[in-house]
Amino acid sequence: MEEVKLMKGNEAIAEAAIRCGCDGYFGYPITPQSEVLETLMALEPWNKTGMVVLQAESETASINMVYGGAACGKRVMTSSSSPGISLMQEGLSYIAGAELPCVVVNVTRGGPGLGTIQPSQSDYFQTVKGGGHGDYKLITLAPASVQEMSDHLCLAFDLAFKYRNPVMVLSDGLIGQMMEKVQLPDYQPRLTNEEIREKYPWATLGKNGRAKQNIITSLELVSEEMEKVNNRLQQKYREVEANEVRYETFLCDDADYLLVAFGSSARICQKSVELLREEGIKVGLFRPITLYPYPVAQIHEYAKQVKGMLSVEMNAGQMVEDVRLAVNGLVPVEFYGRYGGMIPTPEEIVKAVKEKLII
Amino acid sequence: MQIATYLLQNHTIMTLQEIIQPANKVYGKTPLLTDTPMHYCPGCSHGVVHKLIAEVIEEMGIQDITIGIAPVGCAVFAYNYIDIDWQEAAHGRAPALATAVNRLLPESCVFTYQGDGDLAAIGTAETIHACNRGENIAIFFINNGIYGMTGGQMAPTTIEGMVTSTSPEGRDVMLEGYPLKISNLLTILDGTCYVTRQAVHTPATVIRAKKAIRKAFENTLAKKGTSVVEFVSTCNSGWKMTPHQANQWMAEHMFKVYPLGDLKDQ
Repeated sequence: MEEVKLMKGNEAIAEAAIRCGCDGYFGYPITPQSEVLETLMALEPWNKTGMVVLQAESETASINMVYGGAACGKRVMTSSSSPGISLMQEGLSYIAGAELPCVVVNVTRGGPGLGTIQPSQSDYFQTVKGGGHGDYKLITLAPASVQEMSDHLCLAFDLAFKYRNPVMVLSDGLIGQMMEKVQLPDYQPRLTNEEIREKYPWATLGKNGRAKQNIITSLELVSEEMEKVNNRLQQKYREVEANEVRYETFLCDDADYLLVAFGSSARICQKSVELLREEGIKVGLFRPITLYPYPVAQIHEYAKQVKGMLSVEMNAGQMVEDVRLAVNGLVPVEFYGRYGGMIPTPEEIVKAVKEKLII
Repeated sequence: MQIATYLLQNHTIMTLQEIIQPANKVYGKTPLLTDTPMHYCPGCSHGVVHKLIAEVIEEMGIQDITIGIAPVGCAVFAYNYIDIDWQEAAHGRAPALATAVNRLLPESCVFTYQGDGDLAAIGTAETIHACNRGENIAIFFINNGIYGMTGGQMAPTTIEGMVTSTSPEGRDVMLEGYPLKISNLLTILDGTCYVTRQAVHTPATVIRAKKAIRKAFENTLAKKGTSVVEFVSTCNSGWKMTPHQANQWMAEHMFKVYPLGDLKDQ
């Protein structure tokens, strides 16, 4: 049944979670994403689907509740904003190390420190370059609309279980707070414990007649063995890189110049492309949807046909490093960004294209 | 034939095969305790507490629904020794994991096994809030007043004057604060139904400790709230004593600060 509603990005996250068979949400209030927990509490999904919703005492506790739930093979998630996500880095490293599936939503705000409650994209490095300790990767989806908040949440769960890996939905305060039309997904039943036992034989649901005990751990003190664990992780990441790259292009085929932007920035850049094209300047927009795995090969291909690229971000220049790595010196890659909660206007970006790329 | 009778009648030396007969068996290791050699130092209390927990789980017949949450510290490998499903938590976070398991699998029996650094220092918030929510979990808390695994540093529960590698002149309460009586603190929380302090250094205390473990599991199954069983324990390696000296020192000094007995039983 098609159901279209007008709602905030944060509300879409909550609605989508219930509908895609989420078993548990554990979270702590923080602006600008508190509506996720508030919406869940108001919707009382425990009455409808049996989903557990719990307000934790901290983000540290939230992510570790997620760890415990994920270890049981349950579809569990949390959401937070930048300072809270910083607190979760320990847990994310453990979850990645223990190879557990879970979904974490970051409705990013400006930093560093307590920073601002206004939107930002300054958690790109934290998300795709590590954040926590050790060699691990978070599959990262970057929604650019309220619709994608809903779509990406469901996709995030699928990817998390496909690869037994934590998945981050990296949005920002703009998408979290703005209202748009959303077509919500149909209700998907939660798995029963018996189905989980069948599908995920590693889950710690209690032995229940199983001959061998299940142990969820990230610990391996023997270096030779720990290297093997890392090899297995790296092999998985190569598989993710080969299969899960997602991106969108807008008027790229005949473009002389390319804007590269994700999430909210990409929405703004779309307008800039239109404005530039009205002036006869052939500009296209390349929008990575997965920030990890990054569309390296695709950007490299475009580098062969354009004269330059401009990475547009709501930060001081983070993703631009990945664009430069992908382009590998073929054409100039410039950066334009606003930060600290400031949002670039389409006109500012038009000006930046002219100043930095065309000259 | 009983060994004593056999010896009286025969006055001969028995072979091993002759001794190992079902009729001669007076004590057996619970099958829930695996054959993995324990990494604990000889004299350490962990092994005894592990054995008691395994025995109670077997006696109650709950091995299929019990999920243990292991800590970071000496008991990090607890999962290698008790044959049930386990999750290995980050340092101090076991009660958060246990909370989720309890909420998502309400028919299971969840317990955490934590040391003093894990439960009463880095994980204080998780401990207090899990207890305050009255999660239906059992918390088994080994208090030996020292960080054993990292080599004998001061713990939150290190008693006044006790020498550790980070309080080489003995714990100075004016400098390092007071030993944290966390179990007393947990007693005042409405979510806890049972808080008790036990030891395992004599046959009598072992029997009492086992009863406490059983009660904690029974409370968990009856969904009465959070049960906390503290074991005042020895760390003879960290204390730099023989096992016997450590037991004596514990009885003489630790029990003054951490007196044994039930703190709360509702």
